[in-house]
Amino acid sequence: MSLGKEIGLATRQFGGRSGVAWMRPSLTLLIAWRNLVHDRVRFAVTIVGIAFSTILVGIQLGMLLNFLHTTSTVVDHAGADLWVAAHGVPSVDLATPIDGRRRFQSLAVEGVAVAEPYLLHFGFWKRADGIRQIVILIGVEPGAEMGLPLTLPAGQSFREALSSPDGIIIDRLYAEKLGVTGLNQLVEINDRRARVVGFTDGIRTFTQSPYVFTSLRNARSLLGRTDNLITYVLIRLAPGQDPATVIERLSARMPDVDVMTSREFAANSQKYWLLTTGAGISIICSSLLALFVGVVIVAQTLYASTMDRLPEYAVIRAMGGPRWYLYKIVIEQAVIGGLIGSVVGIGAVAVLVYLGRNMSSPPLFPAWLAVGIGAVTVLMCVGASLVSISKITSIDPVKVFR
Amino acid sequence: MKRAVISASGVSHSFDTGPTPVTVLRDIDVEVYAGELLMLVGPSGSGKTTLLHILGRLLSPSSGVVMLYGKNTQALGEEELAALRLKYFGFIFQAYNLFPVLTATENVMVMLDLLGVSRQIARERARELLKSVGLGQRLDSFPSQLSSGQRQRVAIARALAGDPKILMADEPTAALDAESGLRAIELLQMLAHQQERAVVIVTHDPRILQFGDRVIHLEDGQIAERLATPRGPSPLHAMGAL
Repeated sequence: MSLGKEIGLATRQFGGRSGVAWMRPSLTLLIAWRNLVHDRVRFAVTIVGIAFSTILVGIQLGMLLNFLHTTSTVVDHAGADLWVAAHGVPSVDLATPIDGRRRFQSLAVEGVAVAEPYLLHFGFWKRADGIRQIVILIGVEPGAEMGLPLTLPAGQSFREALSSPDGIIIDRLYAEKLGVTGLNQLVEINDRRARVVGFTDGIRTFTQSPYVFTSLRNARSLLGRTDNLITYVLIRLAPGQDPATVIERLSARMPDVDVMTSREFAANSQKYWLLTTGAGISIICSSLLALFVGVVIVAQTLYASTMDRLPEYAVIRAMGGPRWYLYKIVIEQAVIGGLIGSVVGIGAVAVLVYLGRNMSSPPLFPAWLAVGIGAVTVLMCVGASLVSISKITSIDPVKVFR
Repeated sequence: MKRAVISASGVSHSFDTGPTPVTVLRDIDVEVYAGELLMLVGPSGSGKTTLLHILGRLLSPSSGVVMLYGKNTQALGEEELAALRLKYFGFIFQAYNLFPVLTATENVMVMLDLLGVSRQIARERARELLKSVGLGQRLDSFPSQLSSGQRQRVAIARALAGDPKILMADEPTAALDAESGLRAIELLQMLAHQQERAVVIVTHDPRILQFGDRVIHLEDGQIAERLATPRGPSPLHAMGAL
C-alpha cells in the first residue's frame, strides 16, 4: 500500500478530514468555552458588545416593523378585497379625490358584490386649550361593511355611534393628545363642532396624526365639502371571483383610476414610506450599523483571543491536527459568544418593548423577530470569526519550535 | 540488519529571508532507527532544529528525499503531512506549549481527540499516561499550577497519547533543573529502549549527551561528526552521582 493511501486510511481512521469527523462531538467545544471565559473581563466586554448590538438591531427592527404595520394599518383592517383609488396614489394617507360615481361604476362590474365609498382627508382638531392638532378624518357610511375600526370595545356599535349627526370616534391612545377626557365631549374639527361618541383601542397612526372615524356625511360636513368627491371605493368580491380578473374588468371600465388588491395597496403604502422618505432608509441603515458594530466587537475579541492562542494552535497543527479542528474551535467560540450575547440582548429588548408598550409608536417584537435576530447575531459572530480563521489558515507549525 | 524508520538522503534546505537565500542544511544523509535515542547537537545556527523539522515532516526540504518506513513523503500535501504526523509522530516542545485553559488531563486528551478517541476513553487513557509519568496527583491541575518539570512531563504524556512510533523532542531539558532534566531523559531513554520507539532529541545540554545511542554533530548545516555510543549508565545512575 502506498504511503498516500495509508495516510488516507489513517486520516479517516483518526477522524482527519471526513464530514462525519467534523460533526463528532469533540474537545473543541470545551477549548472554545474555556478560551472565552479565561479572560473574564474580555468575555464580559464581548457579551455586552454582542448584547448591545442585538438590542440596537432589535429596537430598530421593532420600530421598522411598527412603521410598516402602521403605514398600512387602515388598509390591512378595512376588510376590502380591492381598492379603487386616484391614479398614482403613493400611500393610503396621501390620496387625491375621485368622483363618488366610481362606486356605482364599480358595482356595475361583474364579480363585484359590494362597493362602498371611503373618504380620507387631513383636518385640524382644536383642543379646549386652543392647541391645534392635525388629524386624519375617515368617513364611511354608517351601514358600511368595510373600512370600520375593528377594535371598537365590546358593547359599542360603530353604526349606532355614528348615527348621531356630529358623532366621531377616536382611539384611546390619542385621547390625551387630543384633549379628550370622556364620551360626549364636544370638540372642534376645522372649526366645526363634533362630539366624541366612542373610542377604539390600539389603532395607531404612522404619521402621528390620529385617525378620527365618522360617518361619510359628517366627514363631508367637517371638511366643508358639498361635492360628491370621495377618496376610495372599497370593493368586496362576489364569492369565487378571481381578483385579477375583476381588476382587469374594473380597469377597463375606469381606465383613469388605479385598482389594487388590499395586499398590493398595503405593500405600496409601506414601500412609499420606507423608500421614498428618509425614515425607513434611516432605520434600515441604523440596523445595519448596529450589526456592523457587533461584527467589529466580536471580530476584535475573537482575533485577540486567537492571537493569544496561536502558539497552542500551532502545536495542534504540529501534532497533526487538521485545520478544520482549529476552525471549529474559533467558530464554536463565536457561536457560544453569539448565543449568550443574543439571549441577553433579546431579553433586554423584550423588557424595553414591554415597558414602552403604551407609547404612540412602540417597537413590535414578535417571537419570529426575536428568533431571527438571534440567528442573525450568531451568524454575524461566525462571520466575524473569519478574520481569525484567515490567521489560522496561515499558521506555521514550525513556529512552536522557535 | 535494522530497518530505518526515517531515512533522509541528500537533504538541503534554504530559507528565503532576503534577497539571497540562506542555506541552513547541505546534503545531509541521516537515518533514524526504532529503539534508539538519537541526539542532534551543534552550535546555534548549525541547522539541527531545521533538520528535526524536516525529519518530523513539519517542513519539506528544498532538495533531497525523506523516506518514512521506506516510503517517499515528498509528494504529500500539507493536510496529508499533518495526518502522517498524527499517526507516526509525537512531539515534545521546548516551551511545552500546553493549553493554559485546560487541565493536565485535558491537555493530553487533545491528542486523543485529534485521533478520534471518544471522550470517556480519552480521559481514562490520559489519566493513565499522566500517572505513568508520575503526575497522578496533578491530574486536574492547570499548567500555571505546575512546575516546569511537571509541565514537561505533561507534554511528554501528550506526545505519547497517540502511541507514536517516533518521538521528536526539541531541547527537552533546556528549562529544567539538573534532576528534572535527567528524569525526563530517563523517561525518553526508556521509551526508546523498552518500547522500541525512535527518539530524536535536539539539545544543547552537554549533561545528557552521554545517554544518546547515537550523536550527530552539526556545524554550518553539515554533519561534522557521527558518534555511536555504547549504552551507558542510565540517567538514574547519573542522578545518584549528583
